[in-house]
Amino acid sequence: MENLLITILLTSIPILLAGLGELVTEKSGVLNLGVEGMMLCGAVAALGSVLIFGNPYIGILFGAVAGILISTVFSFFTITLMTNQVATGLGLTIFATALTGLIGEPFVGKTAASLPKLEIIFLSDIPYLGKILFSNDILVYFAIFLIFFIHFGFQNTKIGIIIRAVGDNHDSAHSIGYSVKLVRWISTSFGGMCAGMGGAYIPLALTPHWSEGMTAGKGWIALALVVFASWMPIRLLIGALIFGGITILQFVAQARGWDVPSQFLNMLPYLATILALALISFKLRHNNYAPACLGKHFLGNK
Amino acid sequence: MYKNFLKIITFLSILVSPFLFTSAYAKTKVGFVYLTTPGDHGWTYAHELGKQMVKKEFGNDVDISIVENVPEGPDATRVIRELAKQGNQIIFTTSFGYMEPTLKVAKEFPNVKFEHMTGYKRTKNVATGNIRFYEGRYVQGVVAGLMTKTNKIGYIGAYPISEVIMGINAFAQGLRSVNKKATISVIWANTWYDPVKEADAAKVHIAEGADILAQHTDSPAMLQIAEKNGALGFGQSTDMGAFAPKAQLFASVNNWGPYYIKKIKQLKDGKWNTGDGPDHWAGNTWGGLSTNMLTLSNFSNMPTDVAKKAQAAHDGIKSGKLKIFAGPLKTNDGKEIIGAGKTLDDGALWGMNYYLEGVTGKVPK
Repeated sequence: MENLLITILLTSIPILLAGLGELVTEKSGVLNLGVEGMMLCGAVAALGSVLIFGNPYIGILFGAVAGILISTVFSFFTITLMTNQVATGLGLTIFATALTGLIGEPFVGKTAASLPKLEIIFLSDIPYLGKILFSNDILVYFAIFLIFFIHFGFQNTKIGIIIRAVGDNHDSAHSIGYSVKLVRWISTSFGGMCAGMGGAYIPLALTPHWSEGMTAGKGWIALALVVFASWMPIRLLIGALIFGGITILQFVAQARGWDVPSQFLNMLPYLATILALALISFKLRHNNYAPACLGKHFLGNK
Repeated sequence: MYKNFLKIITFLSILVSPFLFTSAYAKTKVGFVYLTTPGDHGWTYAHELGKQMVKKEFGNDVDISIVENVPEGPDATRVIRELAKQGNQIIFTTSFGYMEPTLKVAKEFPNVKFEHMTGYKRTKNVATGNIRFYEGRYVQGVVAGLMTKTNKIGYIGAYPISEVIMGINAFAQGLRSVNKKATISVIWANTWYDPVKEADAAKVHIAEGADILAQHTDSPAMLQIAEKNGALGFGQSTDMGAFAPKAQLFASVNNWGPYYIKKIKQLKDGKWNTGDGPDHWAGNTWGGLSTNMLTLSNFSNMPTDVAKKAQAAHDGIKSGKLKIFAGPLKTNDGKEIIGAGKTLDDGALWGMNYYLEGVTGKVPK
């Protein structure tokens, strides 16, 4: 049971990280559908750099940088050239899938060092909980830290409130003197960094391999998660654990010989997303959590 | 000086040209279609080793083209057709899912010979070749039964087709020949190659208490997870010991080279054929340990007495004395398949849609 819970937690880390990044991006009013592509870039950069330098921590760094670089392509097109965000995001994913396939070709079949586990003294000795929560690698701690950092940041810091203002009403934010485009560039880059790290986590901790398209739809789940969590970081954690749990559950069901078709369990995360979306739009029609300017262009450039 | 140089060149080229001409004339164009890249260190790598044996055997008498990473389905049809158009005289398609694409293109190019690996449908210009993978899995079962402490074996299957199911059942027969208490639980990955999924399945098996893992998927991911978590397992298609030096007990190694060489020789001699066997279940070539199409890598990470028993099982199958599917055989829900004294024939193996005793759960429909 303990091992199963750890497996679920680790499986949910990539979607959690990517989801947190996308949450910040969307809060600033930018809808970046390129999460899947940015994760792939992070994954291939992480694995490649670990193969070259031999240190998994360098892999995290390269994954993050690769995510930022590819997201600036998106920023340049959508924020500066004002192209359509949905189409550009989709294009980014398609482009990145092929690009990473090309870059990753020499890495196929090579094994990279994994992130070491860091046990926190005393806390890791707590029965059950200690092993699950306090005996993990650095990115797990970082992801959990990030949840509270973002939650606190949006509530209590000036930068957080500026990002929210830009996302909710860019004209007002502009009129009181904030640079809408700069804020969006930074938020999108932050999203790219998180997605890159989320992607990096897959080869660095889950399976020490590169294979083409290895994120296997995790980026899309991360996107759905942001809506599922109604743009709240703590709900995002719960959502990520549910999605991770269901991913693992389909294997557990088979291993234990439960008489449920695995295809049905495969479908569950997406079914849950649709249900959540329906519920949110039904209940909160007058109190929508979505940033009001999500996906809208900011035309003022004075 | 310059004049002399030209003369020499001209002289040399006249001297050499007949050889160039004849060797070009005798060159056989051979095409290979790979499911992934040889970098998978599993299934496709085994075919790559076979191709290298072809190259070694024929040298400049063959001209080999390869297409890697070809998905099963419409893309495969396109790739196979392209290879046929380029003038390849014999084309090896190396995955089960290329069956229909191969047949389709074979109809359009009646003068090209097609070799579909692990399939069962043949026509005038489509032959099939296959390996008795299940023989290696029986030996794996013997080792697993002797090595397990938790009596739980985790098995990762690709798709619930008879090819894979007969492997699980052979494993169960080997397991139960030495250990009646141990059971096998099966997780279907629904893919031949997806390191992430294979790793997830392996983690769940270990979390559920399995200490020995076996796989019928292509990447070394399962063994790496075993290595990380202190479990043991078996390599697939090629020796995967380099990926898991402390976890791999041994690997069943596919040896395609001799078959490829035989068929290309047939073609060169104008004697290529699809065999005379009945056109149903098995390939016209279905070789195993006895013909060296399947071999086992070195036994490691096990005590010598276990290795001796594994060797004995290997020798028994090789010599034909040990019958893997000898009766009495019962399914895991108690139905009798055959009684004592009888043995399942090859046709029955290709019709397997049930688990034998020792496996838990049901075959998905």
